[in-house]
Amino acid sequence: MTDDDLNALYQKALRVREHILRMSTKGGAFTGAAFSCTDLLVYLYSRFMNISCYNLNDPDRDYLFLSKGHAVPALYGTLAEVGILDHTRLANHLNIDDDIYWHPNHNISGVEFHSGSLGHILPVATGVALDCKMSGARNCVTVILGDGELNEGSNWEACLFAAARRLDNLIIVVDRNRFQANMRTERLVPLDPLEEKFNSFRLSAVTIDGHDFSDMDETFPRIPFDLGRPSVVIAETLRGKGLPKIECRADRWFCNFTEDEIGPSLDELRVSMHKELMSKTSGIRL
Amino acid sequence: MTYQERLAEIALADKRYVVMTAENRASIKSIPESLGDRFIDTGINEQALIGAAAGLALRGRIPVVHALSAFMTMRAFEFIRTDIGLAGLPVKLAGSVAGFLSEANGPTHQALEDISLMRGIPKMQIFCPADEEELVIGLKDMLESPLPCYIRLNHLKPSIKHSPQFRIGSAEVISDGKDISIIVYGILLKEALETKKVLEEKGRSVRLINLRTVVPIDEQVVRAAASETSLVVTLEDHFLTGGLYSIVSELLIRERIAGKVLPLALDRHWFRPALMPQVLEYEGFTGRQIANRILKSLNGGTSHA
Repeated sequence: MTDDDLNALYQKALRVREHILRMSTKGGAFTGAAFSCTDLLVYLYSRFMNISCYNLNDPDRDYLFLSKGHAVPALYGTLAEVGILDHTRLANHLNIDDDIYWHPNHNISGVEFHSGSLGHILPVATGVALDCKMSGARNCVTVILGDGELNEGSNWEACLFAAARRLDNLIIVVDRNRFQANMRTERLVPLDPLEEKFNSFRLSAVTIDGHDFSDMDETFPRIPFDLGRPSVVIAETLRGKGLPKIECRADRWFCNFTEDEIGPSLDELRVSMHKELMSKTSGIRL
Repeated sequence: MTYQERLAEIALADKRYVVMTAENRASIKSIPESLGDRFIDTGINEQALIGAAAGLALRGRIPVVHALSAFMTMRAFEFIRTDIGLAGLPVKLAGSVAGFLSEANGPTHQALEDISLMRGIPKMQIFCPADEEELVIGLKDMLESPLPCYIRLNHLKPSIKHSPQFRIGSAEVISDGKDISIIVYGILLKEALETKKVLEEKGRSVRLINLRTVVPIDEQVVRAAASETSLVVTLEDHFLTGGLYSIVSELLIRERIAGKVLPLALDRHWFRPALMPQVLEYEGFTGRQIANRILKSLNGGTSHA
């Protein structure tokens, strides 16, 4: 990936986080959970998946399901940035006159299915992927799971079934921010070694840095990692990534900022994202 | 014609159908061969089964899903409610061995709240055929409905020749008596026919109503029964709460129809496991026992089992 590509992705990820911050007022949003998967969503919609405002009705396009539905501001922000969702609707967050609330609504352009009850979407996506195979489509079905969500047994039922049906058009992306709702995953119900768990279920798992676009760009195009096996990308992420004052904090899963906090928070976000960009691109930009 | 023959016939004529199961193949033994890759067995996993069915329906398929009623409607309840009900997807849930059909399996396998649970889901239709002949008569309408539905499967031989005219929400009125109405769904129709005979021998005129679909219920027929006969009996192999008795009571209260209703159902207990004839006898659901309970009620006795 060139520095220009990287720069474009960072700028987009910054704008999505700005949308999320603005949605985190007047009732709030699951800001920490949304920030951890923002870079993944931006990458997938911008460079990997075949989903755009032009092919939403095409059954052979790719699919993305956000199983950790509470991170939906990141999805709405991304859909707005890639031209699938009208920007102006984001201002309607939590307003009774629109469908934009704390969990995804199927009626919003670009949202495949309602989600948020954890452990539901991997089984649903398995059905979609199975039908894509049966219909001879050559598309991919991507599911973003939270790591805490892996406590739900239905995910593992779906993994067994997906492996049995050799669904190598199915991609599971685990947003591995290492937090449950209230505490660290490894302190409550440890998940490590996670790659081994998926591999032992006959899926093929790879671990990446979920905030590093170059790492994503070296990994996703290699999918399926093994022919005949579903692929799993375990993306190591930080809850609240991009806004240092809420990063990796158990109590910042959900944020409800006051109007006064938004300005300084946006500044903090821009400085932090700029530093990150400078560290990832070559000296020319420094 | 059997259920699986009819199902294969419908599915072969329309590629949208897929037949699924969580490894309960008793009702559909010939389907894997007739449908090929449109038969999908997910293994013993009702939650993944229902989720995958929703996913297939999102892609335009019409999944006809088979599992034991107890495990499908209870273990996977929230998946049915959220992934199928909320989206209103046309997934067809065929539940086996509901009610007394679980016979000697024991309470773990008894689905006595399936109607109650399924009717709590907006848009869900419920079809409870009395026997396999009626199941075959109504199957196409249920599958072609754009809504999700729950079917209480059974493969019993018919006790009567059913009307081939089927309409969702339309009951089969077997006799048009004036004294006592018996409203029944599913396998207990067979006992109700015996009850009718016994009561008629005692000089009572019986209106026997076989509901076919419990949701939507035939409101006109129920209203008429309550208005025109002196006793309405609701008869079901289901818990007293949430099933037919509740549905009829709600309707009568809503319509302000005063009438005497005798509910015959399982009142706050699971039934004692055994083979069907003994279960019916022990729980008081043979045709003759039902008749005696009705007569006792008419003479001012207590109504509950």
